[in-house]
Amino acid sequence: MTPLVSIRDLSVAFSDAPVLRGIDLTLQKGEALGLVGESGSGKSVTWLAALGLLPRHAKVSGSVRLDGREILGAPASELDQVRGGRVAMIFQDPASALNPVLSIRRQLCEALALHRDLSGEAVKAEARRLLDLVGIPDAARRLSAYPHEFSGGQVQRIMIAMALAGNPDLLIADEPTTALDATIQAQILELLSSVRREMSMAMVLISHDLGVVAENCDRVAVMYAGRIVEQAPANQLFADPVHPYAQGLIGALPPLDGPRRRLTAIPGTVPDPASMPSGCAFAPRCALSAESCSTAVPTLAPIADDRTVACIRAEASRRAVFGIAAE
Amino acid sequence: MGRYFAIRIGRAALTIVLVVTFAFVVLRLSGDPALMILGPEAPPEVIAAFRKAWGLDDPIWFQYLGYFSAIAKGELGRSMRDGRPAIELVLERIPATLALTLPAFAFKVALGIPAGIYAALHRGSAIDRAVMMTAVAGFTVPSFVLALLLVLVFAVQLGWLPSGGQESWRHAILPIATLGLGGAAVLARFTRSAMLEVLGQPYIRTASAKGVPWRKVVTSHALPNAAIPTVTILGFMVGTLIAGAVVVESVFAWPGVGRLLVVAVANRDLAVVQCILLLVALTMVTSNLVVDFLYGFLDPRLRAKGAHA
Repeated sequence: MTPLVSIRDLSVAFSDAPVLRGIDLTLQKGEALGLVGESGSGKSVTWLAALGLLPRHAKVSGSVRLDGREILGAPASELDQVRGGRVAMIFQDPASALNPVLSIRRQLCEALALHRDLSGEAVKAEARRLLDLVGIPDAARRLSAYPHEFSGGQVQRIMIAMALAGNPDLLIADEPTTALDATIQAQILELLSSVRREMSMAMVLISHDLGVVAENCDRVAVMYAGRIVEQAPANQLFADPVHPYAQGLIGALPPLDGPRRRLTAIPGTVPDPASMPSGCAFAPRCALSAESCSTAVPTLAPIADDRTVACIRAEASRRAVFGIAAE
Repeated sequence: MGRYFAIRIGRAALTIVLVVTFAFVVLRLSGDPALMILGPEAPPEVIAAFRKAWGLDDPIWFQYLGYFSAIAKGELGRSMRDGRPAIELVLERIPATLALTLPAFAFKVALGIPAGIYAALHRGSAIDRAVMMTAVAGFTVPSFVLALLLVLVFAVQLGWLPSGGQESWRHAILPIATLGLGGAAVLARFTRSAMLEVLGQPYIRTASAKGVPWRKVVTSHALPNAAIPTVTILGFMVGTLIAGAVVVESVFAWPGVGRLLVVAVANRDLAVVQCILLLVALTMVTSNLVVDFLYGFLDPRLRAKGAHA
């Protein structure tokens, strides 16, 4: 079966500083993929690059196929059909993501007119239905309101409605709840997973919040300094992380039960894209790093069915987690 | 919305009062009109009679109150030079000034705004750099230098156009070009930075992400937002239509309001100066009110604030 999206060796550089350094990622139809990593690891850039939304001075190379069709570097008219029609995207800061001088109706109907064969009253009716669907009360009246008249959570709901307008096969949610407070966060995530089920849509959830990803995704890819370092089904990754960075991320989470323990922080900071260490980018911060770690860049290699990891010390790292007993 | 405008109109009235007061004080303190008009050799009794006739011997606060009550009655005084009503002198000069400033305004808008938008959309390109270099030159060079430069090239060297006077439409070309080029430069820079600011906003990326073609992203998402700051500078330019050509009119010997102002100030012809200042204040304040109204029209956030304020 052709995957919905298949990304091969996607690289991006901003004025000669590489921010993405060869991403390989496959997404099946209807799948929910979590993308986690620190700020600047390239989570958002991956998808902005795939959809051609990066500024012109960004150098992008590699391949992004949607249903087997190459979309990287496709002509603008073709990309305009993909964006919003096949792949929709919602962003982190809902307050500034909607145009402040255009009414909600105008912005919603614009998306409907672009991707659906609707006109006149049908467009308005569909806009009302979408607002209803995402839980905006009194949709008919609220359509003529402007973005500043809604709360942050409501604006994110409107963004979701707008993303759904084109009946996309894939929704990319880029930190959709980071700017919202905790109760609203839960509501928005609930809304996302219910519309996803209803429309049998695939979703990429970009987040630095591991809890959010664990609950909402089938599979997780961990990114570090412009590369994917580990990919695994969500439950396996959280139970048994292999890459030392993934272990570090999960080790930094407080456990809900069991005895209290000291949370372990990952020492050091993310390297600057302009001066990447040779070999594995994580090696300078890694407790398990060996001499060979700084000579070659580790490739993403399978360690089990549907699990891959990019670490030459994967075996040692696994033993370290399971304790000396394994030896 | 009603209160929003009531407040603004109140402020506008206060501005006018302040401008008139300022003009009154500065002109009364800067020299004796009797000596300026009659000359230092005039016999003392003539000077005394002149001062008495124009009320210059009254205490300054009395003159001030008298002036204000006259304005309230619509009397703007008479020119001390030829005794004609000041307002008449000023009004007959307005068509000449507008004959320069209106085409110049159209020129600024037609050249400056598209150049600014184009430069912003092609940021960093050779054309962007050329537009911006011209714009910087355009608004750092003072208008009298630009005027003299144009005269030097087109009147003296090439002999294509006259260097001054008001005999035909050809006489208007150089003054209009002087006014228009400087203004277009200011407008181009302003429009460019407004556009760049807007193009960097997340809602522009949202529009692209939902599949809006780039051309439409620019016209229906970016331009309406960039219009808000641009309207401010346009309002300022409209405010200078009446007396924004003082220097250019002087250089090109164009008999407009600006030149009348220069002559009236030199002669301490108080009524005329005050009349012009009042007119300038009125146009400035009116154009500001129009800008405020346009803000409400362009920006729903302000509309809402007005409704609640």
